[in-house]
Amino acid sequence: MSATLQRTRAWQVAAGVPDPELPVVTIEDLGILREVTEDDQGRVHVQITPTYSGCPAMETIREDLVAALTAEGYLGVTVEFVLSPAWTTDDLTETGRARLAAHGIAPPGPAPGAAGGPVALRLSVRCPRCGSPDTRELSRFGSTSCKALWVCQACREPFDHFKAH
Amino acid sequence: MIAYLLALADDALVSSQRLGWWISRAPQLEEDVALANIGLDQLGQARSLLTYAAGLEAAGRDEDDLAYFRDEREFRNVCLVERPMTDFGVAMARLLLFSTWQHELYTRLTGSTDETVSAIAAKAVKETAYHRDHAQHWVIRLGDGTEQSHDRMQAALDAEWPWLAELFDSSFLDPGLVESGVAVDPAALAEPVSAGVAAVVAEATLDLPDAPPAHSRGRHGLHTEHFGFLLAELQHLARSHPGVTW
Repeated sequence: MSATLQRTRAWQVAAGVPDPELPVVTIEDLGILREVTEDDQGRVHVQITPTYSGCPAMETIREDLVAALTAEGYLGVTVEFVLSPAWTTDDLTETGRARLAAHGIAPPGPAPGAAGGPVALRLSVRCPRCGSPDTRELSRFGSTSCKALWVCQACREPFDHFKAH
Repeated sequence: MIAYLLALADDALVSSQRLGWWISRAPQLEEDVALANIGLDQLGQARSLLTYAAGLEAAGRDEDDLAYFRDEREFRNVCLVERPMTDFGVAMARLLLFSTWQHELYTRLTGSTDETVSAIAAKAVKETAYHRDHAQHWVIRLGDGTEQSHDRMQAALDAEWPWLAELFDSSFLDPGLVESGVAVDPAALAEPVSAGVAAVVAEATLDLPDAPPAHSRGRHGLHTEHFGFLLAELQHLARSHPGVTW
């Protein structure tokens, strides 16, 4: 018999694992932790979903999950990658958005509509440093799949913007 | 079914390998980053598809075996994606054709009756929309730019266009997969993809080529002379050091 243990101890341990590329947020903040179950033998099974198909952090997250849960006494930890439903930036938690902003990464606006639609026009992105809405996109692609590079016209600082996806 | 998955996976894998060549060679640092990111998304799509194909095959092979230990004739990608590209205009013309096709394909495959195909497509459709958008920006900027950029963009489009038709070749596919709703009939994509490309070409003040299709049989394992060199680079490390990991 297995049971979903959201908000239980195993979930909390898994939820505390930071994203290896954005260590200011946890995998729970990002919304990529899908399910943590424990069977009657004490074996824990974790489901996570990738942000982008080619996200290179997934293997590291798997290893980090096994290490974190094993350190808390769980044995036989298995991690499964699930694709459906596809992750969207709407899955980011409010805590996650606040942590990104505090770290100088402008959080995403609402994800573009249904699959197949055009890439939606974004609302103004606020500078995470000075709060000005007077910003512009420098590069549509950034240091990781999930970010674009922007610059603030008011304080002149460049910053990362977590792309709505 | 495996042939269909390999065709889609190999298109993405080989395109990704070619885009990787641009890292450090693109006209701007931002473009190095952009092409690396697009290639990474395509590599991720290829990995999901190869992993699924390997599971169905149930021959003890995994995604790495399929990527690194198949020979040239066993690859099912179209010839469009395997040809070298040393001109940035060619890279953008090809990305426009390929991402427009990928986006139409994956939009329809989100409704596949196969759950795994549908899940892979639901992720890919969002990524390919962004890739297509990127290619559109560049084709329009270069086509409707200076005289030189216009002429080079036109030459690039003329060079890539004949290779588009192979993406609409249904001859390699088991018709049963289309009837059961697992696959999309490649021929059905010809009209929407051509229309999508034509709209961008018009906005870029370019002419749509009317050259006949190239004789391209990559879906049947017959590749151009360039493909062996690409595979040699792609597979060298894994074949020289079997089982190697980072």
